Amino acid sequence: MNRIYLDHSATTRPLPEAVEAVVHALTGPWGNPSSLHRMGIEAERLLYEARAHIAAPLGVDPAEILFTSGGTEANNLALWGAVLDRPNPHVVTTAIEHSSVLEVARRMRDRGVRVDIAPVDREGFVRLDALREVVRPDTAVVSVMLVNNEVGTLQPLEEVVRILDEVEARSGRRPLLHVDAVQAFLKVEVRPRTQRFDLVTLSGHKVGGPKGIGALYVRRGVRLAPLLVGGDQQRGLRPGTENVPGAAGFGAAVQAQHRTWPQTSERMRALRDLLRDLLADIPELVPNTPAHCTAPHILNVTLRGVRGEVLVHRLEQEGVFVSTGSACHSRKARPSHVLLAMGRTEEEAMSSIRVSLGAETTEEEVRTAAQAIHRAVEELRAVPARR
Amino acid sequence: MEEVVLVRYGEIGLKGRNRAFFVRRLEENLRRALEGLEGVVVENRFDRLVVRPASSPQEVVERIRRTFGVVSVSPALRTSVALESIERAAEEAMARALMGKSGATFRVSVHRTNPRFPMRSMDLERHLGSLLQARFPGLVARMKDPEIELAVEVREEAYVYTEVWPGWGGLPVGTGGRAVGLLSGGIDSPVALWMMARRGMEIEPVHFHAFPFTSERSKEKVVAIVEHLRPWTGQDGLHVVPFAEVQRAIAASVSEPLWTLVMRRMMMRVCERIAHRIGARALVTGESLGQVASQTVEALHVIEAVTQLPVLRPLIGLDKQEIVRRAQEIGTYELSVLPYEDCCTLFVPRHPRTRPTLDEVEQAEAQLPVEALVAQAVEQTEVVRSKETVTA
Repeated sequence: MNRIYLDHSATTRPLPEAVEAVVHALTGPWGNPSSLHRMGIEAERLLYEARAHIAAPLGVDPAEILFTSGGTEANNLALWGAVLDRPNPHVVTTAIEHSSVLEVARRMRDRGVRVDIAPVDREGFVRLDALREVVRPDTAVVSVMLVNNEVGTLQPLEEVVRILDEVEARSGRRPLLHVDAVQAFLKVEVRPRTQRFDLVTLSGHKVGGPKGIGALYVRRGVRLAPLLVGGDQQRGLRPGTENVPGAAGFGAAVQAQHRTWPQTSERMRALRDLLRDLLADIPELVPNTPAHCTAPHILNVTLRGVRGEVLVHRLEQEGVFVSTGSACHSRKARPSHVLLAMGRTEEEAMSSIRVSLGAETTEEEVRTAAQAIHRAVEELRAVPARR
Repeated sequence: MEEVVLVRYGEIGLKGRNRAFFVRRLEENLRRALEGLEGVVVENRFDRLVVRPASSPQEVVERIRRTFGVVSVSPALRTSVALESIERAAEEAMARALMGKSGATFRVSVHRTNPRFPMRSMDLERHLGSLLQARFPGLVARMKDPEIELAVEVREEAYVYTEVWPGWGGLPVGTGGRAVGLLSGGIDSPVALWMMARRGMEIEPVHFHAFPFTSERSKEKVVAIVEHLRPWTGQDGLHVVPFAEVQRAIAASVSEPLWTLVMRRMMMRVCERIAHRIGARALVTGESLGQVASQTVEALHVIEAVTQLPVLRPLIGLDKQEIVRRAQEIGTYELSVLPYEDCCTLFVPRHPRTRPTLDEVEQAEAQLPVEALVAQAVEQTEVVRSKETVTA
């Protein structure tokens, strides 16, 4: 059976360029980038090139790119790093962040850090009025994701920056702005300098790179405390011998899409909108992805009377792979915190699926998947099981 | 002097004329348990089995301990019955037991069945005791609760050891006939299967898999449980019965309060069919009286009515806490509580009938194409092993 993979927000197929770069780094210049000799320098060059490839679409200096083990570590480092060396810090984030931000915020709160979590509206956009109320001159860091991984909303970062401007104008102090751009990178514009982000989280395997590699953009001049100690690699901020193959693969994947992503993104948006239209006539379907201000690749819908988990497995039988929410917690029967934060009931949250497109998704795949969803929903609704 | 592992069996020694059959089976099971370890030899010596490990005696001991029928195990040194050889083995065994410590309290106990050996047990004990004290000045003799008990068994050959590891007892798997065991992946059923295997039963586990209402992962979890139990049960195959069609059909034609009861009856029917196919003469379930609505005595009666085979329920009189403790002891608990979603809850009635009558359940099944569903489920059953899948 042909596989129709529509779970690109979970992970993407590694691009051939990325695979080749990983193999090259493992078989060619496999030295330790910290070594003094030539083999070290050759490996270090791979790292530098990877940084440059990733820095290019961001429009930043390669030296501002720090490699991590993935998005989770980058988020942890951004938040803890901004807080650890400060007396009595204050942190602000939103209710729909990835758990690697929200769980950090909760842990901080347990350890006596003051934390405010801004709510979102029914469409999944952070409530700016609420955010404005909690950001203060002594706020160490404000963390707001650019694209939500479950529903695809594009957060109003421009307005968030304006709030920080206001605080700065009043008090002369400006909180750091951390942006989780894992789902945004190479889908929508991420330009930290012009958009005035201080810290930006990226992940390799969401953009055709390998798993186990991510990056944190740290604006020059921002001081973070390291989470790991024991070496001075990456300015001591992230010690440990660098994952050169991972970095090279990540870099190659970005390089391969640097010029083309805006067109790809447009095409994905058209297909995503087509999918939404094709599903629109399913009775009792409630879109959780709003019609405006969204990333191009994510469509999340609630299908009343059908358990998301069961629908995922039913579609799997037809070779269509989607997800119930973010893969990290979809193993447990727990309603999505994002949908709950958007005011959905537990019942609605448990009855939703997320379809996420990739660069390689075709119109035919979208049409086939839409038919499969129609059939599966009809069939599962006919089972007189409890709901 | 050579390294051996002494394997003691208790209960099966008492079984009169069947004894030879039980011991032969235990011997076979040990050989299977030790498969893959090179050069291991199993010898049958009157009321003991003796294993000669070629290497890694620790691994050999662990595997033997998990073979049902084994009461205890001792890594031992074997020598001829010449006094000097026994002396040397005793010194070596003591040196190992001390593990570099300079002193300990100790006792020597001799058990002699070889009448040709010239010394009496007590004399040999005293002799070896003073010899060891001379060699290891830190040793202090103590008859009651010594730190080291050096045992010497004088048979056709002599065995010297200081450690006795308990086994799990029971009877060798295969001496208690064959049964089909229902394995859900919850806490109870692995314990039930383990308990019957301990009584010598060879159990073919059967799992009902309601994909897409249950996930592929929950099936993998059950395969992992089968694999985990393998050292005890010797069993590595799992019969996986596709059950979604049956679930749907029940939900479509049976009134909600009776869903679980009818589902259990369908499971019994499928298992009985599988049992006949593989020559099993009983069904084993993890039911425990009163634990859930389908485990009242009325419910058990209704469920059992569809099969001619005895339904064995080793947990029937145990408290949940006892079952959990046993599951933790044998290590299935951690696997059982893995949180993979089980959408079978979709088919759990809100208000299940707890005191059903046979009549009402039989009537409720009137609209259900029982025979066709059972035949199809059995037909589509696959045997899954941890690494490969083959059609039964």
